[in-house]
Amino acid sequence: MLLDAKIPDGPIEQKWDNRKSELKLVNPANKRRYNVIVVGTGLAGASAAASLAEMGYNVQSFCIQDSPRRAHSIAAQGGINAAKNYPNDGDSIWRLFYDTVKGGDYRSREANVYRLAQLSNNIIDQCVAQGVPFARDYGGLLANRSFGGAQVSRTFYARGQTGQQLLLGAYSALMRQVDAGRVDLHSRFEMLDVVVDEGKARGIVGRNLVTGEIERYVGDAVILATGGYGAVFFLSTNAVNSNVTAAWRAHKRGACFANPCYTQIHPTCIPVSGDHQSKLTLMSESLRNDGRVWVPKEKGDKRPPDQIPEDERDYYLERRYPSFGNLVPRDVASRNAKAVCDEGRGVGQTGLSVYLDFADAIDRMGEQVIRERYGNLFEMYERITGENPYSGPMRIYPAVHYTMGGLWVDYNLMSTIPGLFVLGEANFSDHGANRLGASALMQGLCDGYFVIPYAIGDYLAGHSFSELDTRADAFEASHREVESRLDALLAVNGDKTVGNYHKELGLLMWEYVGMERSEEGLTKVLSEIPALREEFWQNVKVPGANSHFNKNLEMAGRVADFLELGELMARDALERSESCGGHFRAESQTEEGEALRKDDEFSFVSAWEFNGVGETPTLHQEPLEFQNVKLTQRSYK
Amino acid sequence: MTLNLHIWRQEGPDRPGKLVPYKAEDVNRDMSLLEMLDVVNQDLIKRGEDPIEFDSDCREGICGMCSLVINGVAHGPLNGTATCQLHMRHYRDGDSITIEPWRSQAFPVVRDLVTDRSSFDRIVQAGGYISINTGNAPEANALPISKVDADLAMDAAACIGCGACVAACPNASASLFTAAKISQFASLPQGQPERSERALRMVDQMDEEGFGNCSNHGECEAVCPKEISISTIASMKRDYVKAALTV
Ligand SMILES: Cc1cc2nc3c(=O)[nH]c(=O)nc-3n(C[C@H](O)[C@H](O)[C@H](O)COP(=O)(O)OP(=O)(O)OC[C@H]3O[C@@H](n4cnc5c(N)ncnc54)[C@H](O)[C@@H]3O)c2cc1C
Repeated sequence: MLLDAKIPDGPIEQKWDNRKSELKLVNPANKRRYNVIVVGTGLAGASAAASLAEMGYNVQSFCIQDSPRRAHSIAAQGGINAAKNYPNDGDSIWRLFYDTVKGGDYRSREANVYRLAQLSNNIIDQCVAQGVPFARDYGGLLANRSFGGAQVSRTFYARGQTGQQLLLGAYSALMRQVDAGRVDLHSRFEMLDVVVDEGKARGIVGRNLVTGEIERYVGDAVILATGGYGAVFFLSTNAVNSNVTAAWRAHKRGACFANPCYTQIHPTCIPVSGDHQSKLTLMSESLRNDGRVWVPKEKGDKRPPDQIPEDERDYYLERRYPSFGNLVPRDVASRNAKAVCDEGRGVGQTGLSVYLDFADAIDRMGEQVIRERYGNLFEMYERITGENPYSGPMRIYPAVHYTMGGLWVDYNLMSTIPGLFVLGEANFSDHGANRLGASALMQGLCDGYFVIPYAIGDYLAGHSFSELDTRADAFEASHREVESRLDALLAVNGDKTVGNYHKELGLLMWEYVGMERSEEGLTKVLSEIPALREEFWQNVKVPGANSHFNKNLEMAGRVADFLELGELMARDALERSESCGGHFRAESQTEEGEALRKDDEFSFVSAWEFNGVGETPTLHQEPLEFQNVKLTQRSYK
Repeated sequence: MTLNLHIWRQEGPDRPGKLVPYKAEDVNRDMSLLEMLDVVNQDLIKRGEDPIEFDSDCREGICGMCSLVINGVAHGPLNGTATCQLHMRHYRDGDSITIEPWRSQAFPVVRDLVTDRSSFDRIVQAGGYISINTGNAPEANALPISKVDADLAMDAAACIGCGACVAACPNASASLFTAAKISQFASLPQGQPERSERALRMVDQMDEEGFGNCSNHGECEAVCPKEISISTIASMKRDYVKAALTV
C-alpha cells in the first residue's frame, strides 16, 4: 500500500489556497443527488453535517447518545485557540503553526498544521455569528487568555464550558438543517461496520440502540467523526460511551490506523478513590499557575499535610526544573507524579496522588483572589472529594485524556479507504506526538466547518457511483457479520462481566502502555492482551438479549474492540523505540531523564494495516519532512 | 454502609412498570450514586438478572445525559448538582433511596430509568438557532457586545438540556429549557433578526410535544443543575406575546 498524503505544492502559506483552486466542484443543482453519511455529532461531526447540508447535500447524521448535543466535546473546559492576535502580543498564524508543530514534538505534518492555524480565525468568526457567548472584556470585545504554557494569549473561552458552548453552536446549526429537511437525524444508533463496495465506502451498518434492530444506510461518502479512544484505559477523562468501535471496524475494512501509541496524559485530575471508580475528572491545568506540587521527602510518611514541616516536603517539580517549576508541560508533570508515587511517596489513602498546594498563593494574594480565579474548580473538587481545598492542599494524579493517534488520513482528510473521511479526534492528523491545550476544539471545528466541505466535493465530482441499495451483497455480508458478532457476545454466558474485563485491560494498558513504556513491559503486555482477549471470548457474561435497550451489550462490543486496539497500541509503542511527546520510552531518555527523540530513525507516521485478529499487522511509513521549522530538543531545566 | 433501594423497573414504553427493592451493600462514601448503581448492576449480572438501565455519559455534570428522580427530587438533594455528581457521602447507613425516571408524557420511558427526550431536539429545531451558513460570518470583533449582555447570554446558555425542569414541574412544562435558549439569543445582537419568529415557533413546538404550561411554581429553577433563572421564562413570555400581537 502506498501512502500518498496528497500535500499540495507551493510554499506553505499557499498550499491550502492552491489545493482549493485545483479541487473539483459539484454543480449546485447536483449536490442534492449525493447522500453523505456523517457518524458522530461532536464538534467535528456536527459542524461537518451542518455545513454539508447548508451546501445542499443530503446528510444522514448518527450518534450514540439520545441527542447530538451530548457528544463528548461538550465536556471540554478550557478553551479554543486562534491566531487573531487581539491582545497584540505578537501572535500570528506562523506562531500558532510553529508552536503546534513544536508542541507535537515534530511528529505532525507541517502542511496540515499550517492550514489549521490559517483557518483558526474563521472558526471564531463563525462561532460568534452563531451566538456562542464567548467571554468578553468591558469594552465589549472578545477576551483571551494564555493556556497550557503558551507565551501568547490566544485562547478564547466561555467560562469553564467552552466545549459545551461551541458544541451547542454546531448543534444548533445542525438542528437548523434538520428543520430545513436536509439532515436526517439518527440518535441512539451505534455504527458497527463500514460497507465497502467496489473499493469505495458506500454505507454503514449498525444497531438501533433502542430496539436492537440492525439497520443499513447507503451513501456516496462516509464521514467518521467518532472521537478518541482514551477509554481503552478504562479510567480516563473520556465519557462512559467513548469508544474506538467505529474507527476500529473501519480499520478492519482497510483503513490504516496511524500512531496508535500516541496518547496524552493530563497531570491535574482528581485521583482515584477506590475500585468502584468509573471515570476520572479533569481539572483545568491553569491550577498549576498558582498551586505548588509536592510530596513528603520520606517514603510512607502518612502524617496529614499540615503536620509535615516545610523542610520535610519535596517540591519536586521546582527542584528538578528550576526555570519552569510547576509549569512544565503535561507529559513531564505527569511522569514525575507517577515516579514519586512509585517510590512510595504518594499521598492519600491509595498512595496514588500528589499534593497541589495553594497555601502560599492564598498567603500572598488572599483567599478572595484565589476564589475569583479558581472558585468553580475548587467547588468541583470539593463536590467530588468532600475535601475543602481552601483549608488544605488538593490531591491530584495524572489521567489519560486525549489520543493523538487515529485513522490515517491524507491532506484531504480521506482515509486509505476511498470515500471514507475521518475528522476530529478520530483522525491522527494535526497534533503529532502531543497535543497542545485548546487545540483539539480548534481542529475538530476546522475539519468540520472548513476542510471537509471542500474535500468532499472533489471526491464526489471525481468519481462515478453505481446504483446501490441496502440489499446489495456488500450490505448483506456486513449485516451478517455484525449480527453474528452480537450473537456471539450474548452466547458466551461465562462468569465475568464486561466491566471486569474493561478494568483488567485498563490496568494492563496503564501499567505498560501508559506514561512510561519499556521494551520489557511492552513485550510482556503483547502476550497478556491477547490472552485476556481470548479469555473474554470464553468467559464474558453479557446479560439480556439483542432485542432491547441493552447497555451491557453495547459495552461488550466496545470492550471487544478495545482488546484488539490495545494490542496494536503496544505494538506501535514497541516499534517506536524513541521517546517523543506523550510517548516516553524508558530506553530513550537524556541524562536528565527527558524524552529523547531519534529524528534520523523515526521522523515518520506509523500507519498500520490490519491483517486479521491476532495476526501481525503491516507497518507503512509516511515520512515527515520539515521544510519550515527546525527540529530542536525540548528542555525545561 | 448498606442502603435500601427502590428502583423503577419497566421493560419498555408500553409495559407496566414497578418499584423493585434492592439492597446495596458495602457502599463507599466516595462513590457517586451512579457508581453505586454500577456496583449493584455487576451483582445483578453475576446473579443472572437483568441489570438496571440508566443513562449517563460524561459523569461530570455537563452532558445532560443522566436523569434520575431521587427520593422524589429530580437529580436528588444537592442544589445545582446533576445526578452524576451526587456522592454517597450525603447518605447514611440504612437509608432508603427511591430512584425513578423523569416522568412526563413528552419523555416516554425507553427502559427502566431511560427516557426518550427527542422532543427537546425538536423544540430546538423550531428556531433554536441563528441562521448563518458556514463561511458567511463577519469578523468576530466587528460587533462589540457589552459584557453584561454577554454574561446574561452565557447564564442562559449554560443549560445542559437534561430535562430536570420538566420532571420537577407539576405541569411537566418545558418552559425553563425553552426559555433558556430563547433568552440566550434575545440577549445578543445576533439573535435579534429572528427573535419574534423564534419565540413563536419554539413555544408552539413545546405545546405540540405535549409539555404543559408554566404556572410559576418555580420547581424547575429549584432542581436545575445549572441554576438557570426562572426570569428567563418571564422574558420568553414577553417575547411570545409581543410576537403574537405583531403577526
Ligand atoms: C474533560 C475534557 C476536557 C477537554 N478540554 C479541552 C479544551 O479545553 N480545549 C480543547 O481544545 N480540547 C479539549 N479536550 C479535547 C476535546 O474536547 C476533544 O478532543 C474533542 O471535543 C473531540 O471532538 P470530536 O468531534 O472529534 O469527538 P466527540 O465529541 O468525542 O464526538 C464523538 C461523536 O461520535 C459519536 N460516536 C462514536 N462512536 C460512534 C459509533 N460507533 N456510532 C455512532 N456514533 C458514534 C458519539 O456519539 C459522538 O457524537 C478536552 C477533552 C476532555 C475529555
